[in-house]
Amino acid sequence: MSKQDGFEKRLNEARARQGLDRAEGSSAGLPGGSYGVGFRAGVEVFSALLVGVVAGLLLDRWLGTWPWLFLVMFVMGSAAGLLNVFRLFKPRALKRD
Amino acid sequence: MAAEGKSIDALSQFELGTALGPLGASVNFTQSNLHMVIVAALIFALMSYGMRARALVPGRLQSLAEASYEFIMGMVTEQIGHEGRRFFPFVFTLFMFVLFGNMLGLFPYAFTFTSHIAATFALAAMVFVLITVVALMLHGKKFFGYFFPEGAPLWLAPIIIPVEIVSYLSRPISLSIRLFANMVAGHVMLKVFATFIVMLAGLGAVGPFLSLLPLTINVALVGFEVLVAFLQAYVFAILTCIYLHDAVHLH
Repeated sequence: MSKQDGFEKRLNEARARQGLDRAEGSSAGLPGGSYGVGFRAGVEVFSALLVGVVAGLLLDRWLGTWPWLFLVMFVMGSAAGLLNVFRLFKPRALKRD
Repeated sequence: MAAEGKSIDALSQFELGTALGPLGASVNFTQSNLHMVIVAALIFALMSYGMRARALVPGRLQSLAEASYEFIMGMVTEQIGHEGRRFFPFVFTLFMFVLFGNMLGLFPYAFTFTSHIAATFALAAMVFVLITVVALMLHGKKFFGYFFPEGAPLWLAPIIIPVEIVSYLSRPISLSIRLFANMVAGHVMLKVFATFIVMLAGLGAVGPFLSLLPLTINVALVGFEVLVAFLQAYVFAILTCIYLHDAVHLH
């Protein structure tokens, strides 16, 4: 709004200094609970694996390379699932870098 | 519908049938669609009727309408940032639709449309298309840099890029599966314990007393399900916000 004198910026800095604005959440604002976190991690792995397997099957059917792309994409899907779980627990501040 | 004979029939509650008599049957208007329309009408009623007074000191309905508005506004600005406000209508609609759908499903005789992967995946696909289009519009070709982080060694590209693409494509899947699985699991549990009540009650003299046990569990489960219904709507909305944040800022 009032960009000419950088008021917003100074206000935000002051608010951050006083701790009025919560620092961007390390838990990404998601509710915790061990059961919920476990379920979320499971869903992440499952969905990435599903995408990998389906993509592999479709590519194989298209290119006629069964079963090689399926095997490769299965591994890629597992890797993506682990990556998703890693991102789930990685604080968002780290991700910004 | 609950206990037919001696078997537990926990899944028939998710079966689709047509609603509104022969008219609905001719256009295949299911009870799922009917509940979506009811939810939309309820949200519209809450917003328009609740805000009609525009009182300085809000009444009950107005507080509810204002609280939901403030809640999502806070979430959107906190997660996406200041420029995220233009996505507020989308996130708000999504949140209210999922929340009311979950909550309405807890009423007797009601149907939970969020327990169908078709419904949740349609919502998640909408989010996915939106985040992709927003990222492409804001960043153009730089969006594709998202799939290969800077500074990674180039020879790793054949591994990193497919993994990142699969990870990106898995977003709508995990978003929809999370909501649908939670709703299905909760409703199956409710139905199983409700069937236990009926079955145990038929066990002669001690039956009615034994059936108090699953009844207690079911009372607790209903409370738990209200929590899950809210929590899943919240998770759906906040993950949408996080994805939108990624789309707007590209990390």
